[in-house]
Amino acid sequence: MVSAVFHPPYPDAAPATALTSKTIATGQETAMAAAIIPSEKPAPAPRPGRDWRGLWLRVLPPVFGLGLLVAVWELVSVWTGASIPSPRDTWAQALEVFSNPFYSNGPNDQGVGWNVLSSLKRVAMGFGLAALVGIPAGFLIGRFTFLSRMFNPLISLLRPVSPLAWLPIGLLVFKGANPAAIWTIFICSIWPMIINTAVGVQRVPQDYMNVARVLNLSELKIMTKILFPAVLPYMLTGVRLAVGTAWLVIVAAEMLTGGVGIGFWVWDEWNNLNVKNIIIAIFVIGIVGLLLEMALIKLATAFTFEEVKS
Amino acid sequence: MSAAKFIEIQNVEQTFRTPKGSFPALRDIQLTVAKGEFIALIGHSGCGKSTLLNLIAGLTTPTAGTLLCANREIKGPGPERAVVFQNHSLLPWLTCFENVYLAVERVFSATESRAQLKARTEAALALVGLVAAAQKRPGEISGGMKQRVGIARALSMEPQVLLMDEPFGALDALTRAKLQDELLAIVAKTHSTVVMVTHDVDEAVLLSDRIVMMTNGPAATIGEILTVDLPRPRNRVTLAEDPRYLQARKAVIDFLYTRQAHVEKTAA
Repeated sequence: MVSAVFHPPYPDAAPATALTSKTIATGQETAMAAAIIPSEKPAPAPRPGRDWRGLWLRVLPPVFGLGLLVAVWELVSVWTGASIPSPRDTWAQALEVFSNPFYSNGPNDQGVGWNVLSSLKRVAMGFGLAALVGIPAGFLIGRFTFLSRMFNPLISLLRPVSPLAWLPIGLLVFKGANPAAIWTIFICSIWPMIINTAVGVQRVPQDYMNVARVLNLSELKIMTKILFPAVLPYMLTGVRLAVGTAWLVIVAAEMLTGGVGIGFWVWDEWNNLNVKNIIIAIFVIGIVGLLLEMALIKLATAFTFEEVKS
Repeated sequence: MSAAKFIEIQNVEQTFRTPKGSFPALRDIQLTVAKGEFIALIGHSGCGKSTLLNLIAGLTTPTAGTLLCANREIKGPGPERAVVFQNHSLLPWLTCFENVYLAVERVFSATESRAQLKARTEAALALVGLVAAAQKRPGEISGGMKQRVGIARALSMEPQVLLMDEPFGALDALTRAKLQDELLAIVAKTHSTVVMVTHDVDEAVLLSDRIVMMTNGPAATIGEILTVDLPRPRNRVTLAEDPRYLQARKAVIDFLYTRQAHVEKTAA
Protein backbone atom coordinates (compact mmCIF):
# COMPACT_ATOMS: atom_id res chain seq x y z
CA MET A 1 0.00 0.00 0.00
CA VAL A 2 1.56 3.27 1.04
CA SER A 3 5.27 2.95 1.25
CA ALA A 4 5.85 5.65 3.84
CA VAL A 5 4.27 3.61 6.57
CA PHE A 6 6.27 0.47 5.99
CA HIS A 7 9.41 1.00 7.95
CA PRO A 8 11.48 -1.73 9.50
CA PRO A 9 9.49 -2.39 12.64
CA TYR A 10 12.46 -3.77 14.56
CA PRO A 11 15.56 -1.71 13.95
CA ASP A 12 16.65 -2.90 17.40
CA ALA A 13 17.01 -6.44 16.09
CA ALA A 14 20.65 -5.93 15.15
CA PRO A 15 22.03 -4.93 18.56
CA ALA A 16 19.86 -7.54 20.27
CA THR A 17 21.18 -10.39 18.12
CA ALA A 18 24.70 -9.10 18.49
CA LEU A 19 24.29 -9.30 22.22
CA THR A 20 22.89 -12.84 22.22
CA SER A 21 25.48 -14.11 19.77
CA LYS A 22 28.14 -12.78 22.10
CA THR A 23 26.68 -14.68 25.04
CA ILE A 24 26.38 -17.80 22.91
CA ALA A 25 30.00 -17.46 21.85
CA THR A 26 31.22 -17.28 25.42
CA GLY A 27 28.95 -20.19 26.29
CA GLN A 28 30.60 -22.27 23.57
CA GLU A 29 34.03 -21.38 24.86
CA THR A 30 33.03 -22.52 28.32
CA ALA A 31 31.84 -25.79 26.86
CA MET A 32 35.08 -26.20 24.90
CA ALA A 33 37.21 -25.47 27.96
CA ALA A 34 35.19 -27.98 29.96
CA ALA A 35 35.66 -30.58 27.23
CA ILE A 36 39.43 -30.13 27.06
CA ILE A 37 40.19 -30.43 30.77
CA PRO A 38 38.74 -33.93 31.36
CA SER A 39 40.54 -35.34 28.29
CA GLU A 40 43.88 -34.45 29.89
CA LYS A 41 42.99 -35.52 33.40
CA PRO A 42 40.00 -37.87 33.36
CA ALA A 43 39.93 -38.68 37.10
CA PRO A 44 38.87 -35.41 38.83
CA ALA A 45 35.70 -33.63 37.80
CA PRO A 46 36.39 -30.47 35.74
CA ARG A 47 36.91 -27.53 38.08
CA PRO A 48 34.29 -24.89 37.32
CA GLY A 49 36.63 -21.95 38.09
CA ARG A 50 36.50 -18.55 36.42
CA ASP A 51 36.08 -18.35 32.67
CA TRP A 52 39.03 -16.05 32.05
CA ARG A 53 38.91 -16.26 28.27
CA GLY A 54 35.27 -15.27 28.09
CA LEU A 55 35.87 -12.47 30.55
CA TRP A 56 38.80 -11.14 28.50
CA LEU A 57 36.79 -11.20 25.29
CA ARG A 58 33.93 -9.37 26.93
CA VAL A 59 35.86 -6.79 28.91
CA LEU A 60 38.92 -6.09 26.80
CA PRO A 61 37.38 -4.84 23.52
CA PRO A 62 35.24 -2.14 25.15
CA VAL A 63 38.23 -1.07 27.24
CA PHE A 64 40.34 -0.86 24.09
CA GLY A 65 37.61 1.17 22.41
CA LEU A 66 37.46 3.68 25.23
CA GLY A 67 41.25 3.75 25.35
CA LEU A 68 41.39 4.57 21.64
CA LEU A 69 38.95 7.44 22.18
CA VAL A 70 41.04 8.89 25.02
CA ALA A 71 44.27 8.46 23.03
CA VAL A 72 42.90 10.25 19.95
CA TRP A 73 41.49 12.95 22.18
CA GLU A 74 44.87 13.39 23.89
CA LEU A 75 46.62 13.62 20.48
CA VAL A 76 44.12 16.20 19.20
CA SER A 77 44.62 18.15 22.40
CA VAL A 78 48.40 18.17 21.92
CA TRP A 79 48.13 19.12 18.22
CA THR A 80 45.76 21.99 18.86
CA GLY A 81 47.96 23.38 21.60
CA ALA A 82 45.41 22.54 24.29
CA SER A 83 42.62 24.66 22.80
CA ILE A 84 40.82 21.31 22.98
CA PRO A 85 41.44 20.46 26.64
CA SER A 86 43.20 17.20 27.46
CA PRO A 87 41.26 14.24 28.96
CA ARG A 88 42.99 14.77 32.30
CA ASP A 89 42.00 18.44 32.57
CA THR A 90 38.48 17.62 31.51
CA TRP A 91 38.27 14.88 34.14
CA ALA A 92 39.40 17.31 36.83
CA GLN A 93 36.81 19.81 35.66
CA ALA A 94 34.14 17.08 35.57
CA LEU A 95 34.85 16.19 39.20
CA GLU A 96 34.33 19.84 40.06
CA VAL A 97 31.13 20.14 38.01
CA PHE A 98 29.64 16.99 39.48
CA SER A 99 30.65 17.84 43.05
CA ASN A 100 27.73 20.27 43.08
CA PRO A 101 25.34 19.51 40.22
CA PHE A 102 22.30 21.16 41.79
CA TYR A 103 23.36 24.73 42.53
CA SER A 104 21.41 27.66 41.23
CA ASN A 105 22.73 31.20 40.82
CA GLY A 106 19.92 32.75 38.83
CA PRO A 107 18.45 31.53 35.54
CA ASN A 108 21.65 31.63 33.51
CA ASP A 109 23.95 29.86 35.95
CA GLN A 110 22.67 26.56 37.21
CA GLY A 111 24.24 23.19 37.95
CA VAL A 112 24.47 20.50 35.28
CA GLY A 113 21.89 18.41 37.19
CA TRP A 114 19.25 21.14 36.83
CA ASN A 115 20.08 21.51 33.16
CA VAL A 116 19.70 17.78 32.46
CA LEU A 117 16.52 17.58 34.51
CA SER A 118 14.86 20.50 32.74
CA SER A 119 15.80 19.01 29.36
CA LEU A 120 14.34 15.66 30.44
CA LYS A 121 11.21 17.45 31.63
CA ARG A 122 10.71 19.05 28.21
CA VAL A 123 11.33 15.73 26.47
CA ALA A 124 8.88 14.00 28.79
CA MET A 125 6.17 16.57 28.16
CA GLY A 126 6.58 16.78 24.39
CA PHE A 127 6.96 13.06 24.17
CA GLY A 128 4.01 12.35 26.47
CA LEU A 129 1.74 14.59 24.40
CA ALA A 130 2.99 12.90 21.23
CA ALA A 131 2.19 9.48 22.69
CA LEU A 132 -1.25 10.69 23.72
CA VAL A 133 -2.00 11.79 20.16
CA GLY A 134 0.22 9.51 18.11
CA ILE A 135 -0.65 6.08 19.51
CA PRO A 136 -4.43 6.40 19.14
CA ALA A 137 -3.89 7.99 15.73
CA GLY A 138 -1.68 5.08 14.74
CA PHE A 139 -4.35 2.61 15.85
CA LEU A 140 -7.01 4.34 13.77
CA ILE A 141 -4.77 4.69 10.73
CA GLY A 142 -3.79 1.03 10.96
CA ARG A 143 -7.34 -0.19 11.50
CA PHE A 144 -9.18 1.74 8.83
CA THR A 145 -7.88 1.72 5.26
CA PHE A 146 -9.70 4.95 4.49
CA LEU A 147 -7.88 6.84 7.25
CA SER A 148 -4.61 5.23 6.24
CA ARG A 149 -5.00 6.43 2.65
CA MET A 150 -6.11 9.82 3.91
CA PHE A 151 -3.21 10.47 6.26
CA ASN A 152 -0.33 8.69 4.58
CA PRO A 153 0.38 11.50 2.09
CA LEU A 154 0.41 14.01 4.94
CA ILE A 155 2.76 11.87 7.02
CA SER A 156 5.04 11.28 4.03
CA LEU A 157 5.16 15.01 3.39
CA LEU A 158 5.75 16.17 6.95
CA ARG A 159 7.94 13.41 8.36
CA PRO A 160 11.17 14.31 6.50
CA VAL A 161 10.99 17.91 7.74
CA SER A 162 13.57 18.69 10.43
CA PRO A 163 11.70 19.26 13.67
CA LEU A 164 13.68 22.48 14.18
CA ALA A 165 11.90 23.95 11.16
CA TRP A 166 8.77 23.84 13.32
CA LEU A 167 10.38 25.86 16.11
CA PRO A 168 9.47 29.31 14.69
CA ILE A 169 5.87 28.18 14.27
CA GLY A 170 5.92 27.07 17.90
CA LEU A 171 7.35 30.40 19.02
CA LEU A 172 4.72 32.24 17.02
CA VAL A 173 1.77 30.21 18.26
CA PHE A 174 2.77 29.62 21.88
CA LYS A 175 4.63 32.91 22.45
CA GLY A 176 7.25 31.34 24.67
CA ALA A 177 10.56 29.51 24.41
CA ASN A 178 9.61 26.62 26.68
CA PRO A 179 6.33 25.61 24.99
CA ALA A 180 8.03 26.05 21.61
CA ALA A 181 10.74 23.57 22.59
CA ILE A 182 8.10 21.13 23.85
CA TRP A 183 6.23 21.60 20.58
CA THR A 184 9.36 20.71 18.62
CA ILE A 185 9.80 17.54 20.67
CA PHE A 186 6.13 16.74 20.11
CA ILE A 187 6.53 17.02 16.34
CA CYS A 188 9.68 14.94 16.14
CA SER A 189 8.44 12.11 18.36
CA ILE A 190 4.93 11.78 16.95
CA TRP A 191 5.97 10.28 13.58
CA PRO A 192 7.70 7.12 14.79
CA MET A 193 4.81 6.45 17.15
CA ILE A 194 2.09 6.88 14.52
CA ILE A 195 3.99 4.89 11.91
CA ASN A 196 5.04 1.99 14.12
CA THR A 197 1.65 1.67 15.76
CA ALA A 198 -0.07 1.70 12.36
CA VAL A 199 2.30 -0.91 10.96
CA GLY A 200 1.77 -3.03 14.06
CA VAL A 201 -2.00 -2.88 13.62
CA GLN A 202 -1.71 -3.76 9.93
CA ARG A 203 0.51 -6.72 10.74
CA VAL A 204 -1.75 -8.31 13.34
CA PRO A 205 -1.97 -11.91 12.06
CA GLN A 206 -5.13 -12.55 10.06
CA ASP A 207 -5.74 -15.62 12.25
CA TYR A 208 -6.34 -13.44 15.28
CA MET A 209 -8.74 -11.28 13.34
CA ASN A 210 -10.56 -14.40 12.12
CA VAL A 211 -10.92 -15.50 15.73
CA ALA A 212 -12.37 -12.09 16.50
CA ARG A 213 -14.81 -12.42 13.60
CA VAL A 214 -15.93 -15.94 14.49
CA LEU A 215 -16.42 -14.99 18.13
CA ASN A 216 -18.11 -11.83 16.88
CA LEU A 217 -16.22 -9.72 19.42
CA SER A 218 -17.14 -6.10 20.01
CA GLU A 219 -14.78 -3.42 18.69
CA LEU A 220 -13.77 -2.66 22.30
CA LYS A 221 -12.88 -6.31 22.98
CA ILE A 222 -10.96 -6.49 19.70
CA MET A 223 -8.99 -3.43 20.78
CA THR A 224 -8.21 -4.57 24.33
CA LYS A 225 -7.82 -8.34 23.87
CA ILE A 226 -6.34 -8.64 20.38
CA LEU A 227 -5.10 -5.43 18.82
CA PHE A 228 -3.46 -3.81 21.82
CA PRO A 229 -1.40 -6.83 22.96
CA ALA A 230 -0.46 -7.70 19.38
CA VAL A 231 0.61 -4.15 18.60
CA LEU A 232 2.39 -3.46 21.88
CA PRO A 233 5.86 -4.61 20.73
CA TYR A 234 5.62 -2.44 17.59
CA MET A 235 4.35 0.45 19.65
CA LEU A 236 7.22 0.18 22.11
CA THR A 237 9.66 0.22 19.19
CA GLY A 238 8.02 3.45 18.06
CA VAL A 239 8.30 4.84 21.57
CA ARG A 240 11.98 3.95 21.69
CA LEU A 241 12.73 5.59 18.34
CA ALA A 242 10.73 8.62 19.42
CA VAL A 243 12.64 9.03 22.68
CA GLY A 244 15.93 8.69 20.82
CA THR A 245 14.99 11.38 18.31
CA ALA A 246 13.55 13.61 21.01
CA TRP A 247 16.78 13.47 22.97
CA LEU A 248 18.72 14.38 19.81
CA VAL A 249 16.44 17.28 19.01
CA ILE A 250 16.13 18.80 22.47
CA VAL A 251 19.82 19.79 22.51
CA ALA A 252 19.48 21.68 19.23
CA ALA A 253 16.16 23.22 20.21
CA GLU A 254 17.51 24.49 23.53
CA MET A 255 20.50 26.02 21.81
CA LEU A 256 18.04 28.16 19.90
CA THR A 257 15.52 28.88 22.64
CA GLY A 258 17.84 29.42 25.61
CA GLY A 259 16.68 29.10 29.21
CA VAL A 260 17.74 26.19 31.37
CA GLY A 261 18.64 22.92 29.68
CA ILE A 262 21.54 20.82 28.59
CA GLY A 263 21.48 22.27 25.05
CA PHE A 264 21.48 25.79 26.39
CA TRP A 265 24.30 24.83 28.77
CA VAL A 266 26.43 23.70 25.81
CA TRP A 267 25.80 26.96 23.99
CA ASP A 268 26.39 29.06 27.10
CA GLU A 269 29.71 27.34 27.76
CA TRP A 270 30.67 27.96 24.14
CA ASN A 271 30.00 31.67 24.68
CA ASN A 272 32.18 31.47 27.80
CA LEU A 273 34.77 29.56 25.73
CA ASN A 274 34.70 26.84 28.37
CA VAL A 275 35.45 23.87 26.11
CA LYS A 276 35.91 21.46 29.02
CA ASN A 277 32.30 21.85 30.03
CA ILE A 278 31.18 21.32 26.44
CA ILE A 279 32.99 18.00 26.35
CA ILE A 280 31.49 17.07 29.71
CA ALA A 281 28.06 17.97 28.32
CA ILE A 282 28.65 15.71 25.31
CA PHE A 283 29.36 12.80 27.64
CA VAL A 284 26.35 13.61 29.82
CA ILE A 285 24.06 13.76 26.77
CA GLY A 286 25.44 10.45 25.53
CA ILE A 287 25.06 8.67 28.85
CA VAL A 288 21.51 9.93 29.45
CA GLY A 289 20.52 8.89 25.91
CA LEU A 290 22.04 5.46 26.46
CA LEU A 291 20.16 5.00 29.73
CA LEU A 292 16.85 6.01 28.12
CA GLU A 293 17.43 3.54 25.29
CA MET A 294 18.37 0.69 27.61
CA ALA A 295 15.35 1.24 29.83
CA LEU A 296 13.01 1.11 26.84
CA ILE A 297 14.63 -2.03 25.41
CA LYS A 298 14.07 -3.71 28.79
CA LEU A 299 10.45 -2.61 28.69
CA ALA A 300 9.97 -3.88 25.13
CA THR A 301 11.38 -7.35 25.78
CA ALA A 302 9.07 -7.75 28.77
CA PHE A 303 6.03 -7.33 26.50
CA THR A 304 7.03 -9.42 23.50
CA PHE A 305 5.10 -12.67 23.16
CA GLU A 306 5.76 -15.85 21.26
CA GLU A 307 4.36 -15.76 17.74
CA VAL A 308 1.61 -18.24 16.99
CA LYS A 309 3.21 -19.60 13.86
CA SER A 310 6.54 -20.51 15.41
CA MET B 1 -36.93 -26.61 10.65
CA SER B 2 -36.15 -30.02 9.35
CA ALA B 3 -33.26 -31.80 11.00
CA ALA B 4 -32.31 -33.46 7.75
CA LYS B 5 -31.55 -30.10 6.09
CA PHE B 6 -29.67 -28.31 8.83
CA ILE B 7 -27.07 -26.77 6.55
CA GLU B 8 -28.10 -26.22 2.94
CA ILE B 9 -25.66 -25.17 0.28
CA GLN B 10 -27.34 -24.33 -3.02
CA ASN B 11 -25.57 -23.63 -6.33
CA VAL B 12 -22.68 -22.00 -4.59
CA GLU B 13 -19.93 -20.56 -6.72
CA GLN B 14 -16.82 -18.76 -5.55
CA THR B 15 -14.56 -16.73 -7.80
CA PHE B 16 -11.56 -14.83 -6.49
CA ARG B 17 -10.35 -11.69 -8.12
CA THR B 18 -6.59 -11.80 -8.41
CA PRO B 19 -4.12 -9.44 -10.11
CA LYS B 20 -3.96 -11.98 -12.98
CA GLY B 21 -7.71 -11.95 -13.51
CA SER B 22 -10.55 -13.89 -11.96
CA PHE B 23 -9.87 -17.32 -10.52
CA PRO B 24 -12.83 -19.70 -10.27
CA ALA B 25 -12.32 -21.70 -7.07
CA LEU B 26 -15.66 -23.43 -6.61
CA ARG B 27 -18.69 -24.07 -8.86
CA ASP B 28 -22.05 -25.85 -8.56
CA ILE B 29 -21.72 -26.82 -4.92
CA GLN B 30 -24.86 -28.60 -3.70
CA LEU B 31 -24.76 -30.10 -0.24
CA THR B 32 -27.11 -30.63 2.65
CA VAL B 33 -25.93 -31.58 6.10
CA ALA B 34 -28.28 -33.12 8.67
CA LYS B 35 -28.27 -32.14 12.32
CA GLY B 36 -25.76 -34.20 14.26
CA GLU B 37 -24.02 -35.40 11.12
CA PHE B 38 -20.25 -35.60 10.80
CA ILE B 39 -19.08 -34.55 7.32
CA ALA B 40 -15.53 -34.75 6.05
CA LEU B 41 -14.42 -32.64 3.08
CA ILE B 42 -11.54 -34.32 1.32
CA GLY B 43 -9.57 -33.50 -1.81
CA HIS B 44 -6.15 -32.62 -3.12
CA SER B 45 -4.48 -29.36 -2.10
CA GLY B 46 -5.99 -26.34 -3.78
CA CYS B 47 -9.32 -28.02 -4.47
CA GLY B 48 -11.18 -25.38 -2.50
CA LYS B 49 -12.19 -27.44 0.51
CA SER B 50 -11.01 -24.73 2.91
CA THR B 51 -12.77 -22.15 0.72
CA LEU B 52 -16.00 -24.10 1.17
CA LEU B 53 -15.47 -24.27 4.93
CA ASN B 54 -14.82 -20.52 5.07
CA LEU B 55 -18.08 -19.98 3.19
CA ILE B 56 -20.00 -22.03 5.77
CA ALA B 57 -18.19 -20.16 8.54
CA GLY B 58 -19.23 -16.89 6.91
CA LEU B 59 -15.66 -15.63 6.78
CA THR B 60 -16.14 -15.13 3.03
CA THR B 61 -19.27 -14.59 0.99
CA PRO B 62 -20.01 -16.59 -2.18
CA THR B 63 -19.97 -15.03 -5.63
CA ALA B 64 -23.24 -16.79 -6.41
CA GLY B 65 -25.64 -19.17 -4.69
CA THR B 66 -26.92 -19.34 -1.13
CA LEU B 67 -25.88 -20.96 2.10
CA LEU B 68 -28.44 -21.63 4.80
CA CYS B 69 -27.91 -22.73 8.37
CA ALA B 70 -31.03 -23.63 10.34
CA ASN B 71 -33.09 -22.04 7.56
CA ARG B 72 -31.35 -18.71 7.90
CA GLU B 73 -28.98 -17.30 5.35
CA ILE B 74 -25.33 -17.25 6.43
CA LYS B 75 -24.36 -13.60 6.20
CA GLY B 76 -21.22 -13.50 8.29
CA PRO B 77 -19.29 -15.34 10.94
CA GLY B 78 -20.96 -16.00 14.24
CA PRO B 79 -20.46 -18.00 17.42
CA GLU B 80 -23.20 -20.48 16.45
CA ARG B 81 -20.77 -21.76 13.78
CA ALA B 82 -17.56 -22.23 15.75
CA VAL B 83 -14.33 -22.73 13.84
CA VAL B 84 -11.31 -24.77 14.91
CA PHE B 85 -8.44 -23.32 12.92
CA GLN B 86 -5.61 -25.35 11.48
CA ASN B 87 -2.96 -23.43 13.41
CA HIS B 88 -5.08 -23.25 16.59
CA SER B 89 -5.03 -19.41 16.55
CA LEU B 90 -4.88 -19.02 20.30
CA LEU B 91 -3.98 -15.58 21.57
CA PRO B 92 -0.45 -15.93 22.95
CA TRP B 93 -0.85 -13.26 25.64
CA LEU B 94 -3.82 -15.00 27.25
CA THR B 95 -3.73 -18.19 29.31
CA CYS B 96 -5.60 -21.24 28.04
CA PHE B 97 -8.38 -20.42 30.49
CA GLU B 98 -8.61 -16.83 29.27
CA ASN B 99 -8.61 -17.92 25.63
CA VAL B 100 -11.64 -20.11 26.24
CA TYR B 101 -13.23 -17.58 28.60
CA LEU B 102 -13.13 -14.94 25.85
CA ALA B 103 -15.43 -17.13 23.76
CA VAL B 104 -17.68 -18.15 26.68
CA GLU B 105 -18.03 -14.55 27.79
CA ARG B 106 -19.06 -13.42 24.32
CA VAL B 107 -21.84 -15.99 24.00
CA PHE B 108 -23.22 -16.33 27.51
CA SER B 109 -22.38 -13.16 29.46
CA ALA B 110 -25.78 -11.63 28.72
CA THR B 111 -27.63 -14.36 30.54
CA GLU B 112 -25.25 -15.89 33.04
CA SER B 113 -23.23 -14.86 36.09
CA ARG B 114 -19.46 -14.74 36.22
CA ALA B 115 -19.34 -17.93 38.27
CA GLN B 116 -21.39 -19.73 35.63
CA LEU B 117 -19.13 -18.45 32.87
CA LYS B 118 -16.09 -19.71 34.76
CA ALA B 119 -17.75 -23.07 35.31
CA ARG B 120 -18.46 -23.32 31.58
CA THR B 121 -14.84 -22.51 30.76
CA GLU B 122 -13.60 -25.13 33.20
CA ALA B 123 -16.05 -27.68 31.83
CA ALA B 124 -14.82 -27.05 28.28
CA LEU B 125 -11.20 -27.50 29.35
CA ALA B 126 -12.15 -30.64 31.28
CA LEU B 127 -13.80 -32.03 28.14
CA VAL B 128 -10.44 -31.96 26.35
CA GLY B 129 -8.52 -33.01 29.47
CA LEU B 130 -6.64 -29.76 30.01
CA VAL B 131 -7.69 -28.60 33.47
CA ALA B 132 -4.10 -28.79 34.70
CA ALA B 133 -2.82 -26.48 31.93
CA ALA B 134 -5.55 -23.86 32.36
CA GLN B 135 -3.24 -21.19 33.73
CA LYS B 136 -0.49 -21.76 31.16
CA ARG B 137 0.08 -19.59 28.11
CA PRO B 138 -0.04 -21.19 24.64
CA GLY B 139 3.73 -20.76 24.35
CA GLU B 140 4.22 -23.11 27.29
CA ILE B 141 2.24 -26.11 26.00
CA SER B 142 2.67 -28.62 23.16
CA GLY B 143 1.08 -28.42 19.71
CA GLY B 144 -1.46 -31.12 20.53
CA MET B 145 -2.47 -29.31 23.70
CA LYS B 146 -2.87 -26.04 21.80
CA GLN B 147 -5.16 -27.73 19.32
CA ARG B 148 -7.17 -29.15 22.24
CA VAL B 149 -7.58 -25.66 23.65
CA GLY B 150 -8.77 -24.57 20.21
CA ILE B 151 -11.38 -27.36 20.26
CA ALA B 152 -12.36 -26.47 23.83
CA ARG B 153 -12.80 -22.84 22.80
CA ALA B 154 -15.02 -23.85 19.89
CA LEU B 155 -17.10 -26.31 21.94
CA SER B 156 -17.47 -23.93 24.89
CA MET B 157 -19.70 -21.70 22.76
CA GLU B 158 -22.16 -24.60 22.36
CA PRO B 159 -22.20 -24.04 18.63
CA GLN B 160 -24.82 -25.47 16.33
CA VAL B 161 -22.07 -26.46 13.94
CA LEU B 162 -18.44 -27.21 14.56
CA LEU B 163 -16.26 -26.31 11.57
CA MET B 164 -12.76 -27.75 11.59
CA ASP B 165 -10.09 -26.77 9.06
CA GLU B 166 -7.52 -29.58 9.04
CA PRO B 167 -7.47 -29.43 12.82
CA PHE B 168 -4.89 -32.17 13.25
CA GLY B 169 -2.85 -31.50 10.11
CA ALA B 170 0.10 -30.00 11.95
CA LEU B 171 0.39 -32.78 14.55
CA ASP B 172 2.46 -35.94 14.59
CA ALA B 173 0.69 -39.23 13.81
CA LEU B 174 0.40 -40.47 17.39
CA THR B 175 -0.93 -37.22 18.79
CA ARG B 176 -3.30 -37.01 15.84
CA ALA B 177 -4.71 -40.46 16.55
CA LYS B 178 -5.20 -39.59 20.20
CA LEU B 179 -7.03 -36.37 19.37
CA GLN B 180 -9.17 -38.15 16.78
CA ASP B 181 -10.29 -40.63 19.43
CA GLU B 182 -10.99 -37.78 21.83
CA LEU B 183 -12.99 -35.98 19.14
CA LEU B 184 -15.03 -39.15 18.51
CA ALA B 185 -15.84 -39.35 22.21
CA ILE B 186 -16.70 -35.64 22.44
CA VAL B 187 -18.96 -35.74 19.38
CA ALA B 188 -20.69 -38.85 20.72
CA LYS B 189 -21.33 -36.97 23.96
CA THR B 190 -22.37 -33.59 22.52
CA HIS B 191 -24.10 -34.78 19.31
CA SER B 192 -22.45 -31.90 17.47
CA THR B 193 -22.88 -31.27 13.79
CA VAL B 194 -19.36 -31.24 12.37
CA VAL B 195 -17.90 -30.25 9.02
CA MET B 196 -14.21 -31.09 8.89
CA VAL B 197 -11.67 -30.41 6.17
CA THR B 198 -9.00 -33.07 5.95
CA HIS B 199 -6.57 -34.62 3.52
CA ASP B 200 -6.14 -37.78 5.58
CA VAL B 201 -8.18 -40.69 4.18
CA ASP B 202 -8.12 -42.71 7.41
CA GLU B 203 -9.18 -39.73 9.44
CA ALA B 204 -12.11 -39.12 7.11
CA VAL B 205 -13.31 -42.73 7.20
CA LEU B 206 -12.82 -43.13 10.93
CA LEU B 207 -14.63 -39.96 11.97
CA SER B 208 -17.32 -39.14 9.47
CA ASP B 209 -20.81 -40.23 8.50
CA ARG B 210 -20.35 -38.98 4.96
CA ILE B 211 -17.23 -38.11 3.03
CA VAL B 212 -17.56 -35.31 0.50
CA MET B 213 -14.89 -35.81 -2.16
CA MET B 214 -13.95 -32.79 -4.19
CA THR B 215 -12.60 -32.67 -7.71
CA ASN B 216 -9.41 -30.82 -8.46
CA GLY B 217 -9.36 -27.07 -8.93
CA PRO B 218 -9.68 -24.65 -10.55
CA ALA B 219 -13.47 -24.57 -10.56
CA ALA B 220 -13.65 -27.52 -8.20
CA THR B 221 -16.92 -29.10 -7.29
CA ILE B 222 -18.20 -32.08 -5.36
CA GLY B 223 -17.16 -35.21 -7.25
CA GLU B 224 -18.79 -37.84 -5.12
CA ILE B 225 -20.30 -38.29 -1.69
CA LEU B 226 -19.57 -41.52 0.14
CA THR B 227 -21.71 -42.66 3.05
CA VAL B 228 -19.59 -44.37 5.66
CA ASP B 229 -21.83 -47.10 6.96
CA LEU B 230 -19.97 -48.04 10.11
CA PRO B 231 -21.62 -48.42 13.51
CA ARG B 232 -20.67 -46.11 16.35
CA PRO B 233 -18.85 -46.07 18.72
CA ARG B 234 -15.98 -46.73 16.39
CA ASN B 235 -12.69 -48.20 17.46
CA ARG B 236 -9.66 -47.73 15.23
CA VAL B 237 -8.13 -51.07 16.18
CA THR B 238 -11.13 -53.25 15.39
CA LEU B 239 -12.03 -51.17 12.34
CA ALA B 240 -8.60 -51.77 10.85
CA GLU B 241 -9.75 -55.24 9.73
CA ASP B 242 -13.41 -54.45 9.12
CA PRO B 243 -14.22 -55.07 5.41
CA ARG B 244 -16.67 -52.13 5.36
CA TYR B 245 -13.94 -49.84 6.63
CA LEU B 246 -11.47 -51.11 4.06
CA GLN B 247 -14.05 -50.76 1.33
CA ALA B 248 -14.79 -47.14 2.26
CA ARG B 249 -11.08 -46.43 2.44
CA LYS B 250 -10.53 -48.01 -0.99
CA ALA B 251 -13.35 -45.94 -2.48
CA VAL B 252 -11.83 -42.67 -1.27
CA ILE B 253 -8.33 -43.66 -2.39
CA ASP B 254 -9.71 -44.67 -5.80
CA PHE B 255 -11.36 -41.31 -6.16
CA LEU B 256 -8.34 -39.31 -5.04
CA TYR B 257 -5.54 -41.18 -6.76
CA THR B 258 -7.12 -42.85 -9.80
CA ARG B 259 -9.90 -40.62 -11.01
CA GLN B 260 -8.59 -37.25 -9.79
CA ALA B 261 -4.88 -37.91 -10.12
CA HIS B 262 -4.50 -37.21 -13.83
CA VAL B 263 -6.25 -33.86 -13.54
CA GLU B 264 -3.58 -32.67 -11.17
CA LYS B 265 -0.88 -33.66 -13.67
CA THR B 266 -2.37 -31.54 -16.41
CA ALA B 267 -2.95 -28.71 -13.97
CA ALA B 268 0.67 -28.81 -12.89
